[in-house]
Amino acid sequence: MTVTTVEKDLEACTMTITTVFDAPVERVWQIWSDPRQLERWWGPPTYPATVVDHDLTPGGTVSYFMTGPEGDKHGGWWSVIAVAAPHRLEFDDGFGDTAGHANPDLPVMRIRVELSDAPDGTTQMRLETTFPSAQAMEQVLAMGMDEGMTAALGQIDPLLAA
Amino acid sequence: MYNSMVIGLAEAENADHLFHALADSTRREILALVLTGEHSVSDLARRFPISFAAVHKHVTVLERAGLVSKQRQGREQRVSGEVDRLREARRLLDDLETVWRERIERISALLADPPPTDAPPTHRPPAEPGTHRPAPLEEPHP
Repeated sequence: MTVTTVEKDLEACTMTITTVFDAPVERVWQIWSDPRQLERWWGPPTYPATVVDHDLTPGGTVSYFMTGPEGDKHGGWWSVIAVAAPHRLEFDDGFGDTAGHANPDLPVMRIRVELSDAPDGTTQMRLETTFPSAQAMEQVLAMGMDEGMTAALGQIDPLLAA
Repeated sequence: MYNSMVIGLAEAENADHLFHALADSTRREILALVLTGEHSVSDLARRFPISFAAVHKHVTVLERAGLVSKQRQGREQRVSGEVDRLREARRLLDDLETVWRERIERISALLADPPPTDAPPTHRPPAEPGTHRPAPLEEPHP
């Protein structure tokens, strides 16, 4: 059973997802380090990913495309920032064309992955996603926590739920 | 159905505008006010310890992001909030969370599989039929 928590840190402008996998750290690392395994989970079943380049070293590039039900292809890339196998990986995740070239006009997300030993041979994966427009995402998510806005948002929530 | 955050390029650009507009606390407060009722720019300016020009600028950023609309009424500009647009912002953020929750589900399924070998993949029958159906990892290709 996978336990997942999602937390939002207003100061750091990040969404952090923490989950525990029933496998040792070295095994969980493979889902990132082995392109064939990465392909099995990065895209949803209806948009499977094909990894083209997979250079998991600082400064390296991982490029992929996802193929949709109509044969439509959607490219993406990672620009690898830091790697410390089997515990840590940091990269920018962006959009691109099917040849793996970055589209500079589209937002890029910074992703930090940390794998650590958890009890009974399990692994905790902590994944931190920082949204491109910095604070933006966090602050939207935090609307309602913001003092002084709570009352106003109390009136908005029913509108949003409608 | 797949979500817009990962592959909807136009939507991603769209989201960038939205989130930029929402990234400022004064703009969020302005938005909260006008979502619950129409206000003139001068009325808004009275409520914040910043200049009329500064408030006007914030309103313009919100307007460009589609979060508010302005109507001229005599000598006044009335500002009202666009609920649908804010709902869209929330939806985009929920999408991001959904993307990762789904990925985590697939990783769990992958880890439950025997370690990959060079041998052709063999599919085991479900261990406990009827309890749950694992998500398919691969789509069959015709």
